[in-house]
Amino acid sequence: MIDPALRESATFDRPTIAAIQRAAETGVYDIRGWGAKRPLPHFDDLLFLGASMSRYPLEGYRERCDTDVVLGTRYAKYPLHLDIPVTIAGMSFGALSAQAKEALGRGASEVGTSTTTGDGGMTPEERGQSKYLVYQYLPSRYGMNPTDLRKADAIEVVLGQGAKPGGGGMLLGQKISERVAEMRTLPPGIDQRSACRHPDWTGPDDLAIKILELREITDWEKPIYVKVGASRTYYDVKLAVAAGADVVVVDGMQGGTAATQEVFIEHVGIPTLAAIPQAVQALQEMGVHREVQLIVSGGIRTGADVAKALALGADAVAIGTAALIALGDNDPRYDEQYRELGSAAGFYDDFQDGRDPAGITTQDPELAARLDPVEGGRRLANYLRVLTMEAQTIARACGKAHVQHLEPEDLVAVTIEAAAMARVPLAGTSWIPGVTGA
Amino acid sequence: MTATVDPGTAPDTATVFDLAKQTVRALNAELHEPTARRYTVLNPQGAHAVAAGVATDLTIDVHGHVGYYAAGMNDGGRITIHGNAGTGVAENMMAGLVRVTGDASQSAGATAHGGLLVIEGSASMRCGISMKGVDIVVGGDIGPMSAFMAQAGRLVVLGDAGASLGDSIYEARIYVRGKVESLGADCIEKEMRPEHAAELAELLAAADMVADPADFRRYGSARRLYHFTAGNEY
Repeated sequence: MIDPALRESATFDRPTIAAIQRAAETGVYDIRGWGAKRPLPHFDDLLFLGASMSRYPLEGYRERCDTDVVLGTRYAKYPLHLDIPVTIAGMSFGALSAQAKEALGRGASEVGTSTTTGDGGMTPEERGQSKYLVYQYLPSRYGMNPTDLRKADAIEVVLGQGAKPGGGGMLLGQKISERVAEMRTLPPGIDQRSACRHPDWTGPDDLAIKILELREITDWEKPIYVKVGASRTYYDVKLAVAAGADVVVVDGMQGGTAATQEVFIEHVGIPTLAAIPQAVQALQEMGVHREVQLIVSGGIRTGADVAKALALGADAVAIGTAALIALGDNDPRYDEQYRELGSAAGFYDDFQDGRDPAGITTQDPELAARLDPVEGGRRLANYLRVLTMEAQTIARACGKAHVQHLEPEDLVAVTIEAAAMARVPLAGTSWIPGVTGA
Repeated sequence: MTATVDPGTAPDTATVFDLAKQTVRALNAELHEPTARRYTVLNPQGAHAVAAGVATDLTIDVHGHVGYYAAGMNDGGRITIHGNAGTGVAENMMAGLVRVTGDASQSAGATAHGGLLVIEGSASMRCGISMKGVDIVVGGDIGPMSAFMAQAGRLVVLGDAGASLGDSIYEARIYVRGKVESLGADCIEKEMRPEHAAELAELLAAADMVADPADFRRYGSARRLYHFTAGNEY
């Protein structure tokens, strides 16, 4: 029991003091997983204006409200037609166990959506269980090969991710098993660094030629996504479109990572909420909104978040952290073991350590065996269904027969910051800071 | 061409593609489902992605200069570019042989996993960047930042190497006959043992290059950056 007379510093709070003490003790900066933990303007700061006198709602349980989305309609011979607008974000085999990757594939396939590889290549477990698999084309090119490229349903050229725009990946030696090392052509057990920039192109003009090459290799069959970490989103999206992207993926700073410096996660990039309107503006100005689809990720947790992202102009969302939680990450039944690792259920973020009690972010065979891919897939499918039904619930309440019919006009903000970032009015006013004047 | 035939039984005569009259798309579509075993490509005129994604042991002769990513992701083809090559020639090659009779631009052989890339002239910066098992033999010089984060394979340079050679290198081996302007982080000169001279002789022979292995120096990783510690910049 802390004496209530003691006053904690807002500037030097206990986590800050502990961080200074840890740095002084070790001389090494903190590396962890997860995404930004600081409070940020987010989807929670937006509300929907349900239908009433001026809008006509749909019956919540009966009337049709579609959820499908087609990705890659611009140039690809075979666009992806997904049943729901919630996809699984790129997470590597290496960062995750093979069982976890398989579970993600099973869960996504059960509800008709896509999964995504990650740094380190494509595993048979993931390809085998994924109805729609997006193959990431990353700066490291670990495991990249034309055979797997042709097996993919779409290709995602990754320029960055929300947790670390401008940073390359890292996978610490504890997780570089023989299999991971072989797939990445690396010595087992080393701390692996992934390049932060692509090795054979250096700017948007080059990217256009790179995308052309990927299309040529795959005979123009596959949608090509370009993924950026949210930072200069307006310009990045314009350049991605100019380079020939079929789909642009924007990952906000709440997006997760398997291992990155704490200082990077918390201090680089912009919130998802701030990125979406920039991306949509860029697409609209180029006349390709909806022709080039927009996928948004970074902090999607509920069907309300899905609906809000769509209302702001996204065509689909991607989830990573939430998908891992659905599989069993941070499960209270492992609380004792989390505490043995210096954490607790609900707080565990040491994905880099490879000692995940839930068997998800690990390459330890005994720990990985704790996750049953079939059961994990079932849990993920359930969660994805809930996200979808929640989004439908909101869409119907707003009178929409398709979740993609949601629009900014359906939204208001409860904080000035969120109103300014999302470019929707502050609730009860017509004021959009920065748009409609004082 | 209207019918696909088994490349194994196709006549050993070259099918000609003239890129002044035909498209790169048509060329690559044919190479991906070949009806012949040998191809001659004329008038590439700097086109990009020429012969990208070849997946069988075709013999392809390209007469003229090519743009970016020629022979990209080659997986078994024997491709000769009779001219200069733009950025990323033979990038991510898996197997086969790519030969450039002139010079190559940036990132030659980037991330390539296998096969042999021969550049008879010089290569610009980032030659062999992130190479993952390919062998690269360059008759002339290579530019700065070559073999950056090179993971596996061999890079042989008969001329000089630019600054920051082998920065953050993993297990690739580099042989340079001429001067090295500077070595990158964690790259050091290593002893040239008999087994290295032997493999170098094999590589030179495979590339049809004449040089004495005794004239080369070997470079590789000091392996000081393999773990994040308080003592290194990572």
